[in-house]
Amino acid sequence: MMEMLIDILSWASFVGGALFLFIGSLGMVRLGDFWARLHAASIVDSAGVGLILFGMMLQAGLTLVTVKIAIIVLFLFITGPTASHAVANAAFVSGSRPTDMVEDITAPKAKPKVTKRKSRKTKPKATTSSAKKKSGA
Amino acid sequence: MMFAFVTIVILVCMGVVMVRLFSGPTLYDRVLALNVFGTCTVLLIGSMGFLFARPDFLDIALLYALINFVGTIAVLKFFRYRRLGDAPHDAEIIMVQENEEDRTAP
Amino acid sequence: MLFVVLFVLWLLMSGIYKPLVVGLGVISCLLCVWIVSRLEILGEKGFQHDVRITKLVRYVLWLTVEIGKADWAIAKVILSPDLPRRQRLIAVPCTQQSDFGKMLFANSITITPGTVTVETEPGHFIVHALTDEAADPDALADMGTRVRETEAGTS
Repeated sequence: MMEMLIDILSWASFVGGALFLFIGSLGMVRLGDFWARLHAASIVDSAGVGLILFGMMLQAGLTLVTVKIAIIVLFLFITGPTASHAVANAAFVSGSRPTDMVEDITAPKAKPKVTKRKSRKTKPKATTSSAKKKSGA
Repeated sequence: MMFAFVTIVILVCMGVVMVRLFSGPTLYDRVLALNVFGTCTVLLIGSMGFLFARPDFLDIALLYALINFVGTIAVLKFFRYRRLGDAPHDAEIIMVQENEEDRTAP
Repeated sequence: MLFVVLFVLWLLMSGIYKPLVVGLGVISCLLCVWIVSRLEILGEKGFQHDVRITKLVRYVLWLTVEIGKADWAIAKVILSPDLPRRQRLIAVPCTQQSDFGKMLFANSITITPGTVTVETEPGHFIVHALTDEAADPDALADMGTRVRETEAGTS
């Protein structure tokens, strides 16, 4: 009974982790912008890794193997964000910026928040269509 | 059964990420894809350890996670400062950037 | 102190408790402690307890739930056909005092899908957000106060 419960739980965890892993890697390919791909990598780092290694911990039971997997999880959860922050910071320092931004505090003479409320309804279509034009051209 | 499923899914994801690794327009896309690829490799080594009933593979997975992190940082540091030793001072950074501008300008 | 941490790690990772292996572990841990003391990277304070462990555990559990919600939101963005994204760079004030608190806050922002810490400046972080929900300043400020609660010395 207990074993069956653990099996079901770890199956659910594996399927969820595999789903998020696949969504994350699909996002790496589908999203058309470096800054958006950063978030796809973030999904792989958090949900994919967490759920799959949690399923492995359930399968391993209370042994030293579980401790090792816990150390791997801890390590990946510390280094994953650090590495993606390093990539983002390197791109930021080199002057790369998202092409279709709604709001940018680092831009020289960025327009203040007055446009923010008006743009909430009209802008999304405009930005996505302009992004499509750019990616198409 | 369970781990065979996980292994196959991870292999498929690695193949998908490989597309971005080869077609990434900028350097940073490639480094990011390399980082995700390395994370997938850590998971792959772990699940293969369970698949073949050899828990020693987890040590290798941990080691691979360490090397992946250090490698990402090393690649970024090399392309920012053009060297792997001590980080240069600010004046030298500006000099390196000016050199790059000279190189790309004509 | 560092020796104890390293030796416990050795015992957990090796899983073999013969005198020879444990002796090798003692020798390598002493070597590591000697090298670290020569490098002088720990600073004068060494290990300092500026973190409340129970608060930290509660924060990590809360963060797990938040990561789950944000994962689902960004997964929907990726799976929807027209990829609805409104990117923005915003400034998030960081009120943490200790280095560990700042590190925890920046890493929490980055690991939550939808927001990535791009640059750290004194007093605030520059955060890149993918969607409107992810860029909610109140949610980020809430996360900041929760991180601040895990620090010792603040009531």
